[in-house]
Amino acid sequence: MTPLPAVDHLLLVPVLLPLATATVLLMLGEQRHAARAVIDVASTLLGLAVAIVLLLRVDSHGPTGAVYLPGNWPVPFGIVLALDRLAALMLVLATAVGLASLLFSLARWHRAGVHFHPLFQLQLLGLNGAFLTGDLFNLFVFFEVLLAASYGLLLHGGGAARVRTSLHYISINLIASLLFLIGVALLYGVTGTLNMADMAERLPHVPAADRGLLHAGAAILAVAFLAKAGAWPLNSWLAPAYGAASAPVAGFFAILTKVGIYAVLRLWSLCFPESAGASALYGAEALVWGGMATLAFGAVGMVSSQQLGRLASFSIIATSGTLLATIGFGRPALTAAALFYLASSTLAATAMYLLVELLERARQAEIDPPVEIVAGPLPAFVDARSVGVVNLDDQEAPLIGRALPAALAFLGVAFAVGALVIAGLPPLSGFVGKVAMLSALLDAEAGASGAGPAARWSLFALLIVSGLLASIALMRIGIRQFWAPQERPAPHLRIAECVPIGLLLGACLVLVVRGEPALRYLRDAAENLHRPERYIDSVRAARPVAAIRETRP
Amino acid sequence: MEVVVSLAIGVLVASGVWLVLRPRTFQVLIGLALLSYAVNLFIFSVGSLAIDKEPIVQAGQPADLLHYTDPIPQSLVLTAIVISFATTALYLVVLLALRGLTDSDHVDGEEERP
Repeated sequence: MTPLPAVDHLLLVPVLLPLATATVLLMLGEQRHAARAVIDVASTLLGLAVAIVLLLRVDSHGPTGAVYLPGNWPVPFGIVLALDRLAALMLVLATAVGLASLLFSLARWHRAGVHFHPLFQLQLLGLNGAFLTGDLFNLFVFFEVLLAASYGLLLHGGGAARVRTSLHYISINLIASLLFLIGVALLYGVTGTLNMADMAERLPHVPAADRGLLHAGAAILAVAFLAKAGAWPLNSWLAPAYGAASAPVAGFFAILTKVGIYAVLRLWSLCFPESAGASALYGAEALVWGGMATLAFGAVGMVSSQQLGRLASFSIIATSGTLLATIGFGRPALTAAALFYLASSTLAATAMYLLVELLERARQAEIDPPVEIVAGPLPAFVDARSVGVVNLDDQEAPLIGRALPAALAFLGVAFAVGALVIAGLPPLSGFVGKVAMLSALLDAEAGASGAGPAARWSLFALLIVSGLLASIALMRIGIRQFWAPQERPAPHLRIAECVPIGLLLGACLVLVVRGEPALRYLRDAAENLHRPERYIDSVRAARPVAAIRETRP
Repeated sequence: MEVVVSLAIGVLVASGVWLVLRPRTFQVLIGLALLSYAVNLFIFSVGSLAIDKEPIVQAGQPADLLHYTDPIPQSLVLTAIVISFATTALYLVVLLALRGLTDSDHVDGEEERP
């Protein structure tokens, strides 16, 4: 690959920009809410622009991606940042979801705790770093960064419920991180390298006596990723934690499980492709059947949940299951469809989490006397004033928001659109993703993948049944929210809360309207993933900058 | 030496797992700490155990693993220690917050009802 001159340094921006912003935000002090908010939004907008530029460039850049050597050391020794189509997609997705959650939080949530904005930027730093890095231990470090930030964000707003679920969430993630370390150590012991491309290249030459150790290391590593991705039976933490988190935080967390999926997809497609000899498609069966069990668990969970927040959490589990099962087949067409589904369902899940709070508020307004609202579902803010009206709270009300007259209409339309995407019904993007997956399942030649026809037909049936269960569950909640005959005062929403939901759902619509180029891009991404030699070659071809290199001892 | 180190790691992991499964938050915390010690020792030992070998290259000796011990696991352990120290401290804060909010040191914030 011939590196384009400007791409190289732009690759560093998704990592450095959030880090710098977080530092500035920390130094600004606690009371300057407005300044912090402006800096945070501006930085995230810039990050989104950079991510989109990177995506467009990598798309016009031929089959391989761009590689950056932050320390200017030659490849297997230094840390590598590598950008391919998958990484660029995840960058854009994470920043977009983050931006929407951030905008939503500006209505009031960002004042519910001290360090919302710095933690938000650190979370973004961890996410972007995890998507970009080409080094296994570096991946661990970025995972820890994003997890540490997520512990803080989960606690944002305080209260016994959040602290209790945080304790569980932190314990489980600490244990998963320890498994991660054990896996990395085993893989290092077997291959003698931490660079992912270098490792993939050495795997076929691992002696037969060490192959068991190699597989054990890979499996332990996969368990750590699967626990983070919310795969059954390692997902009991997910629904309580996401349900207890404040709305914008839960919305942002919708991308966190996808980091686990991303890591599985990246490492598995890189290390165990069909051409890997004795280790070809190692663990494919486990991914496929485990993914299907997760999908079934998520679908049953959706039907059994009475609150929209829990339902959204189980829809995230179902998404994880769908993605794991489809990835496990190891077919490019299926992977492309799964990536499309990943994008659309992440956007929709974030929109749902943000909607939850508005809907709960609308329902609460009709049951409770106005004063109860502050004590009930809304958090007791540290700096809250006593409130006498239904619509909210603190002194910034006249600055940002005003009551929308069409609030209920907006809620109804937004809920319907989000439900259609999550359930995978036409005409929205969830449907396109599901149809692409189903048709790829029909096309896949039997026996060519790691899992046989039984797995293919089971997944085919499960996808349809889970869609049905999801639409039943969502319809039930929708009927209770919108169609039940009740004397209902119109809920009061703020524009700052409606804009991000509108943007997210609008992005789902854009995915449908521009479905052809999007699918073309994702097919290229999947094609590259299933030809790991392209990734390996582009990483191996990266050379340090000569002039600086010579000054080293 | 391999046997001694493996026994030490095994004992640490066994105690750590047992403690992590206990219902009291402090026991879980100590269990997590023991587990992270075990993992650190484990990472240290994948670089092959050696006595009296340095990870730093000196003049006059060829730079290979016959004359030196592998430096990478040592640097990995350093990073892992820092990270697990920080997360343990954070866990301690959450533990105290839960204790203050619920008046209970049970991991669920309330005692189990029979």
